[in-house]
Amino acid sequence: MSWEAVIGLEVHVRLATASKLFSGAASSYGAPPNATACAVDMGLPGVLPVPNREAIAMAIRFGLALGARIDRQSVFARKHYFYPDLPKGYQISQYEQPIVADGVLLIEGDQGERPITVVRAHLEEDAGKSLHEGLGGASGVDLNRAGTPLLEVVSGPEMHSAAEAGHYLRKLHTLVRWLGICDGNMQEGSFRCDANVSVRRVGATVLGTRSEIKNLNSFRFVEKAIAYEIERQIAVLESGGRVEQETRLFDPARGETRRMRGKEEAMDYRYFPDPDLLPVVIDEAWIEAIRETMPELPDARRARLEASYGLPRAQAALLTSDKDLADYFEAVLAVQPAVPPALAANWVTGEVLALHRGQGAPLVAPARLATLLARLEQGVISRLAAKEILEVLWQQCQQGEPPEDCDTLIDRLGLRQVRDDAVLHELVEAIITANPQQVAEYRQGKDRLLGYFVGQAMKRSAGRGDPKRLGELFAARLAAAPAGE
Amino acid sequence: MTDWRSVTELSRALASGSCSSMELTRHFLERSARFAGRLNAWITVDEAGALAAAQAADRRRAHGEVLGPLDGIPLAHKDIFCTKGLLTTCGSRMLANFKAPYDATVVARLAAQGMVLLGKTNMDEFAMGSSNETSYFGPVRNPWDEGRVPGGSSGGSAAVVAAGLAPVATGTDTGGSVRQPAALCGISGLKPTYGRVSRYGMIAFASSLDQAGIMARSAADIALLLQVIAGLDERDATSATAAVPDYMAHLEHPLAGLRVGVVDEFFGPGMDGRVAAVVEQATAILGNLGLRCTSAHLRELHLALPTYYILAPAEASSNLARYDGVRYGYRCAEAHSLYELYARSRSEGFGPEVKRRILIGTYVLSRGYYDAFYLQAQRARHLIAADFHHAFEQADILLGPTAPETAFALGAKTADPLAMYQSDINTIPVNLAGLPAISIPCGEVDGLPVGLQLIGRPFSEELLLAVAHRFQQATDYHRRLPEAFS
Repeated sequence: MSWEAVIGLEVHVRLATASKLFSGAASSYGAPPNATACAVDMGLPGVLPVPNREAIAMAIRFGLALGARIDRQSVFARKHYFYPDLPKGYQISQYEQPIVADGVLLIEGDQGERPITVVRAHLEEDAGKSLHEGLGGASGVDLNRAGTPLLEVVSGPEMHSAAEAGHYLRKLHTLVRWLGICDGNMQEGSFRCDANVSVRRVGATVLGTRSEIKNLNSFRFVEKAIAYEIERQIAVLESGGRVEQETRLFDPARGETRRMRGKEEAMDYRYFPDPDLLPVVIDEAWIEAIRETMPELPDARRARLEASYGLPRAQAALLTSDKDLADYFEAVLAVQPAVPPALAANWVTGEVLALHRGQGAPLVAPARLATLLARLEQGVISRLAAKEILEVLWQQCQQGEPPEDCDTLIDRLGLRQVRDDAVLHELVEAIITANPQQVAEYRQGKDRLLGYFVGQAMKRSAGRGDPKRLGELFAARLAAAPAGE
Repeated sequence: MTDWRSVTELSRALASGSCSSMELTRHFLERSARFAGRLNAWITVDEAGALAAAQAADRRRAHGEVLGPLDGIPLAHKDIFCTKGLLTTCGSRMLANFKAPYDATVVARLAAQGMVLLGKTNMDEFAMGSSNETSYFGPVRNPWDEGRVPGGSSGGSAAVVAAGLAPVATGTDTGGSVRQPAALCGISGLKPTYGRVSRYGMIAFASSLDQAGIMARSAADIALLLQVIAGLDERDATSATAAVPDYMAHLEHPLAGLRVGVVDEFFGPGMDGRVAAVVEQATAILGNLGLRCTSAHLRELHLALPTYYILAPAEASSNLARYDGVRYGYRCAEAHSLYELYARSRSEGFGPEVKRRILIGTYVLSRGYYDAFYLQAQRARHLIAADFHHAFEQADILLGPTAPETAFALGAKTADPLAMYQSDINTIPVNLAGLPAISIPCGEVDGLPVGLQLIGRPFSEELLLAVAHRFQQATDYHRRLPEAFS
């Protein structure tokens, strides 16, 4: 009998607000310890929290993107536990009345596209960090992160493989960056994931006992940890054991999960509504104002790129994995409508992405890429030359130099394609003379050597020969009687 | 200058040039030094700071740059308000060494009017108490009888005003902590509507009940200070947006025909009959002033005490979680583990009453008990608020004795917390409903003052002050001074 895994994810999305969830201190990463912790963040006696409307607006934005219910009234609650990096002895979170409920995220599942329920998304403040190194054996507390706004996004237990969980996570990651509510930086903890994993017999309707896996700070770790945990639980069950309800920690070095604490050690957080904060009241006008600023969402945009430009689904999906990338692609086409969309898509998802390897808009301005692709399309330069020019432009941008004009660069580098047949003829003759052996083989029927001759000619011309024309000339010349050989 | 002087009169004296702020400040500092040992009403006296502030006030006056009627008038703050650079202990060993890096909004607003801070007054630890006996710094004594309590938790503030060590003081009121000590010390004390005054910088006891108030010699003095501290503060999300009326102007508004409901249930079991008689006389005086006194009921009043002793400890257990010995405040010596650091710092830093309430509060918020206690208490709280709402359909203000008896002997109730909690039986329901109320002196029993409590609709402070002011124009109870300090 086979097993079915059931996975639910809890993702902490750090909202990209200017200030913290309940104080005016800057919500930034990387400042010296405690430099961005104000009296409120430190939990000094007498201080009070004041909700940040920007964070609430971001939560609404997220809810609208998921087609979720935005509750007109939501309540902040206190969640109590003692820890040195939790200055008030409680975290302000939302418990019984979250701001967002019942949304849907479409994922590419193991059996095709399907919806995953986002059960709830609630606002809460982050804790600080405990430091144990470089303090001469003592421990320190850095409260810079204390109070930064998080949106905790909880999925239903609806995924069935590590791959599905990974896909959900990537879709969510794309979405929150797309909406401009999170920078998505996983190394800095802007996007953190806990996974709830259980297994059951295929066909069973009751959920198995789950474990919660913490410390998953990359997509790869999430997938590895879940895959490991599924195998572990199946092994436990098949050997006649019982899965315990527990919290487990993923150890990336060993690629395994290990027990952190069991159910009996689960804490009683003593939630109750925070009396320092009134319920968050969201009126229709606020929601409508935010709705009007909503961008075209990733799924809709992917569908449009497929339909309008005839792009394959996978390529449209790649282009819409990042809003800046999708915008970049369409900006290239807007500047040079003559560039075929397929060519632009290939370059953006190929050469440009290979150079770029990061978030945000690529360095070389879309107008420059558009000109470059137009020249390529017009046959002014070869593909190889275009690639070389792109790299030069990229480096100039990277070094903060003003990038050169594309046409100037073509001439400076001498990359304008040679299309004068007289010049090309000379080239063809030179290659034929230099390769008697290959010429003989070609004539004996080894047709694919034509590409070799073109390549040699391209090399000798430093990439300036028009490969298409060269191919024609070689074919004609070698088909004719060997002249003067 | 040992006789009775209100802020209003001191302000007039400063304006006329008949005395300077320096003279006034020295006068109160000297009295404070003289009586300090007897009353134990101060935790901190800031002589240097007070004299510097007074000098600055006199300089402004000399240059014609007076900030307002309070410029140069000395005052005392309850040691629950954060004051930048001064100790703010909250009456606890936990904060015995704590200096706040910022001023509470109430402190900042009064300072901006040029008021001269004399020092910080003693109080029940974290404002938990009705007799000022839970203070880590020892009990305060009642100026009317030094063998008796001043009430609490703002006992120090009540005592300094009653004994003439300061002309006016701030207090805070979570279940009666301004009104009950005001009653027991024979002064006037106002607890404003919840949200009327910012709680920012006021160390939290029970956030949904806490409210800053003024303790003074007269209703008119309260009006002067309330004018400054009332109003929206963006640093307190629960602070009210309602406009602040001109309290001084309202003092003289006509009151004829105003309906006063004498609440039957305020004269319940445990009420000293002699106190009740004094309050009945006071009611008659209001009748003579043209107010229409009728009988009123608060049928759910019996729910108030149990409701309060679930909700207030629940919030307190949460609010006091931050005192963990990690960042500030008391830290035990030689902890060998994090758990030990927490357990011992809190065990050694908090006194028994605070610990009792943390335990109760933790219990009622625990899984499995939350619904039966916390949620049930919230429902009861709504019933009590609704009860007041109904009563205010028949009356414009409600009336009763502030406390069931006059000041009791030191130590009389320390062994019996439930008896102690009964002291606030008439004040606690007002906090649960978030209403404004004032206590004013209205007579004596055996030489000890009796307080009259007037309760109003939300944001009707101007009406309460006007009635209290009219009563004080017709009587002289508020002008009486304890003999030992006159």
